[in-house]
Amino acid sequence: MQPIVPLEARLLRLGLLLALAVLVAGLVLPLGTLLLRAFQDPDGGFVGLANFAAYATTPSLRLAAWNSVWTAALTTALVVPLAFGFAYALTRSCIPAKGFFRAVMLLPVLAPSLLPALALIYLFGNQGMLRDLLFGHSIYGPIGIIVAQVFYCFPHAALILAVALSTADARLYEAATVLRAGHLRIFATVTLPMARYGLVSACVVVFTLVVTDFGIPKVIGGQFPVLATDVYKQVVGLQNFNMGAVVGLVLLLPALLAFAADRWAQRQRSGLLSGRAVPYLPRPRRARDLPLLVLCLLVAGALVSLVAVAIWGSLVTFWPYNLALTLQNYDFDRFDTSGWAALWNSVRIAATAAICGTALVFTTAWLLERGSPGGAVAGAVRFIAGVPLAVPGLVLGLAFILFFNHPANPLGFLYGTLAILVLNGVVHFYTVMHLTAVTAIRQLDPEFEAVGASLKVPAVVTFGRVTVPICLPAILDIAVYAFVNIMTTVSAVIFLYGPDTKPASVAVVHMDEAGQSSAAAAMAVTILAITASVKLLQLATGGLVARATQGWRQR
Amino acid sequence: MSAQLAAAPATDTAAAAPPYLVVEQVSKHFGTTIALERASLTVAAGEFVSFLGPSGCGKTTLLRAIAGLDPATSGRILQDGRDITFLPPAARDFGIVFQSYALFPNLTVTDNVGYGLRGRAWPASRRTHRVAELLGLVGLAEHARKYPAQLSGGQQQRVALARALAAEPGLLLLDEPLSALDAQVRQHLRQELRALQRRLGVTTVMVTHDQEEAMGVSDRIVVMSRGLIEQIGTPETIYRHPASAFVAGFVGHASRFNAVVDAPPGTLVADGLTLPCLGARRMLYGAPVQAFIRPEDVALGPTATALEGNFAARVMHHEFLGPVCRVTLQAGRLQLEADVNPAVAPAIGEVLLAALPAERLMVFPRDV
Repeated sequence: MQPIVPLEARLLRLGLLLALAVLVAGLVLPLGTLLLRAFQDPDGGFVGLANFAAYATTPSLRLAAWNSVWTAALTTALVVPLAFGFAYALTRSCIPAKGFFRAVMLLPVLAPSLLPALALIYLFGNQGMLRDLLFGHSIYGPIGIIVAQVFYCFPHAALILAVALSTADARLYEAATVLRAGHLRIFATVTLPMARYGLVSACVVVFTLVVTDFGIPKVIGGQFPVLATDVYKQVVGLQNFNMGAVVGLVLLLPALLAFAADRWAQRQRSGLLSGRAVPYLPRPRRARDLPLLVLCLLVAGALVSLVAVAIWGSLVTFWPYNLALTLQNYDFDRFDTSGWAALWNSVRIAATAAICGTALVFTTAWLLERGSPGGAVAGAVRFIAGVPLAVPGLVLGLAFILFFNHPANPLGFLYGTLAILVLNGVVHFYTVMHLTAVTAIRQLDPEFEAVGASLKVPAVVTFGRVTVPICLPAILDIAVYAFVNIMTTVSAVIFLYGPDTKPASVAVVHMDEAGQSSAAAAMAVTILAITASVKLLQLATGGLVARATQGWRQR
Repeated sequence: MSAQLAAAPATDTAAAAPPYLVVEQVSKHFGTTIALERASLTVAAGEFVSFLGPSGCGKTTLLRAIAGLDPATSGRILQDGRDITFLPPAARDFGIVFQSYALFPNLTVTDNVGYGLRGRAWPASRRTHRVAELLGLVGLAEHARKYPAQLSGGQQQRVALARALAAEPGLLLLDEPLSALDAQVRQHLRQELRALQRRLGVTTVMVTHDQEEAMGVSDRIVVMSRGLIEQIGTPETIYRHPASAFVAGFVGHASRFNAVVDAPPGTLVADGLTLPCLGARRMLYGAPVQAFIRPEDVALGPTATALEGNFAARVMHHEFLGPVCRVTLQAGRLQLEADVNPAVAPAIGEVLLAALPAERLMVFPRDV
């Protein structure tokens, strides 16, 4: 006799199958197509490793790979210590205005990666005000790429390290102090070892971000070839999809390695802090706090001023000769055929993806954790949900065109619509949304659904009455994360837009390509304004939401 | 062996009325690990039965199989004559209190208790009335509008109990309901729980690892170890007549030593000492056994003189426990613990006469 499967369990199973279908159509099949195309000639014949051989024997492509690796390594070496210092100041010192520094730290996340590159061009470009500081070197190339990447990657590294450093057990510090260890010794024997997996994660994330970022090298890279721009050149410039697929796979390689390394670090980290740990509260100490405050002020100053330069540049009539302020650069319809429509497209894509994506991700995460008994479908969904983190946006975008543009694909009607951009956005950022949802759900008592079932209340009712209200802050976090990232991403959507669906971030690239850097900066600033307002709105409504749904947290 | 052990006591209980809950040969496998092996037992209507055992013994697995949260791999479970083995939890008739209580933190006490009272059978007025009744029953009427986080652990436990009882289930399942509480609150709530259960007459199954708790509230106790039922019986039976060495060692306190069955029948030899033992009468000469003696049963001084097989022992160690003083005795290589009146406790190093009453010595065959 087999267990009787009630209607409800079958419905929950159906929900999981739906999630699986979305992930298969939006990730597995496109990536599979990409893999296939790398072994085919343009007519679809199987050519084995010929494309790879051609790749390996083309010196310019090899050079691009090497350039990607060394710029990424150098950026990592610069960003991680800086971010560590900043995160250390936020979590382990008594500097004032931590809230302000935390907010400023997030500034680069809200802007498209193109924004720092444009600001650097204003400062150090051919017409740059501070060009002489480069002593004849050009900002177009590795210098510009690395500086802009440092700006762009900083918050990602700082966030990871702040989390790693915030989970400290005060008892370890007390023990070390009682054993008469000095500040340096404690730092070397307690603080650093506790943060080492965070450091690994931060390095891995920064390295991957730099290798796979497309916007910055596109805008400020000049003639300096890197992998990301190569894919674009092969696909958009040369229409060589097969070589594009090969470069895409090469691009996937560091990302996959980084993904594996990060997974390893995550696993090591779990259990580092027991549930009974006593949280560490820093006490004021001048010798530590003052230098850290100076560091934070410098970093915050750099972040703010780079954004300020971009804003200023977007408001100036003709940089740097006529600095009179004007709003004409914001009249986007003059510069780009899409004009303001591009912004509206972006907002629609990001909002739809945020709403639908959050609903899909959270429900799926709940089904995986609580709703269904598991099985092969659950295992498959769980595995696939972790994959997007390892797939660079550019590779995903390329995989999408190869798959959805294929004449035999019944889903081909999606190509060139907003729907494909929404699907791409959801899949691209699926992993982080999924992990946030899973973390929130795992904090709930594992027996909620069992209690509901014993009281004959359907699991769906418990989901709506208990799970969602408790997790509302996390759900908002997920939605805002999706909105902000989809607004600012360039790499995933550069291949996918149609004539009427060009997103704003792509419009920035196009206007910059056309030499209208002021308009490009204006568009990037507008994107920043929208994402920042959404973030501020979240913070503002956060209080209201908390009062409405989280009142029970107060004792 | 377990099947016999389980089957034997099951037949001699609840002879009159048909049992309310019947568990027949229930096994649960997780992959290749066996969490529960052919467990059989019955629970009479209105009875309070505890599953007792160390962690990992399968007691929670059995409870979850009865609740339908993790259905059994094989076997049969009948509740009130109905086969519920493979029914989903929602199709069964039980209320459950978890160790964590699993109270919904975002709902008030009232909403928590009334959570299952929905649908056509429970119009708002009837629900309000029932919730008020239950809150009165557990003594929480004045906390109705509070959230769980604003209550103490004991109060939360009572809310969970009220919620489980709200729809008048035929069966109440308690999964370590008291283990998250302080010792004093625990004892108090234990008595309250038992009184409430008696008053409502609801058939109750409780899982616990705390033997004192199980002894204190249960009509019968099911002792489990490593997925097997070791013994089913009243608290007294389990304490006085353990069915296995495991039960003897796990329930209550006992000194354990190895011995060999000697002649004439009913005699043990342990480390050179000859000890009369009623339990060894039917054992074969030369059989290796494990013997257990409870500290309160060890006779010392004048009382020992009258007993057969007494021996000299040296006091090695004292432990003052309040009502009694537990002394550690050494006789040759044999070490024993005995409870004495603290007022007349012997001094450390003193040598005195000790004896193990033949009817109190518990013996079990030992694998060599």
